[in-house]
Amino acid sequence: MEEQILLSYVVPHDDFTRAGEASSDVKAKLKMLGADPAVVRKVAIAMYEGEINMVIHAKGGKIEVEISPEKVKMILADVGPGIPDIELAMKAGYSTAPDEVRSLGFGAGMGLPNMKKYSDDMKIETELGVGTTITMIVNM
Amino acid sequence: MTVKDACAVLGARVLVGEELLEQEVRSACGSDMMSDVLAFSKDHSILLTGLCNPQVIRTAEMLDIVCIIFVRGKKPDETILQMARERNLVVLATGHRMFSACGMLYQAGLNGGAI
Repeated sequence: MEEQILLSYVVPHDDFTRAGEASSDVKAKLKMLGADPAVVRKVAIAMYEGEINMVIHAKGGKIEVEISPEKVKMILADVGPGIPDIELAMKAGYSTAPDEVRSLGFGAGMGLPNMKKYSDDMKIETELGVGTTITMIVNM
Repeated sequence: MTVKDACAVLGARVLVGEELLEQEVRSACGSDMMSDVLAFSKDHSILLTGLCNPQVIRTAEMLDIVCIIFVRGKKPDETILQMARERNLVVLATGHRMFSACGMLYQAGLNGGAI
């Protein structure tokens, strides 16, 4: 892996069935590049949680992924409602997901905590009514 | 044990992956909440669930799980089964409830994995 690889995905809104397609693709590409399985797993889980969040809370958005020999950088940008209280949102078990999302197996309040747990660095930029951009880095 | 052994313990039906049953499995997790599976699963080879939607397959994919067991007689539709085929996953179905299915596999030697 010598050069930087840039990948870009549109996460469709209100399509729960397709949520996870981008993460699935990134996982396959990293595997093909021969990345360490532990790194592939971290990227896959962190990005998948982020992607599900974008579908549940923000009606989709865009994901950009940069793969370099040193790290995988994921930028998840949505034009959703924004996060009013990041500290509260980061608390394990805290969730604002509606009941129908819970019946789909999500909304346990583990999304953001998981993203932090599986990435080596995570930054949240959010503005109410404008949107949220989450940048996550997983070191190779 | 192998996936085939787990299948025999539960008297489960193989819905997908007949040719992949010789894979070795050591630990399993059981949950209907995929968020929790993503949060707590470390190195599990089997996922038991009563949730029946495409995100079960995606969750298994992200975690490198090799076998999904649908409990309580849940019947995944063709979309779900096709997704599993594309990812080389084994899909089993059993009429046992979650507690019983987990107990039977635990007794047969599977463990809950690292905490």
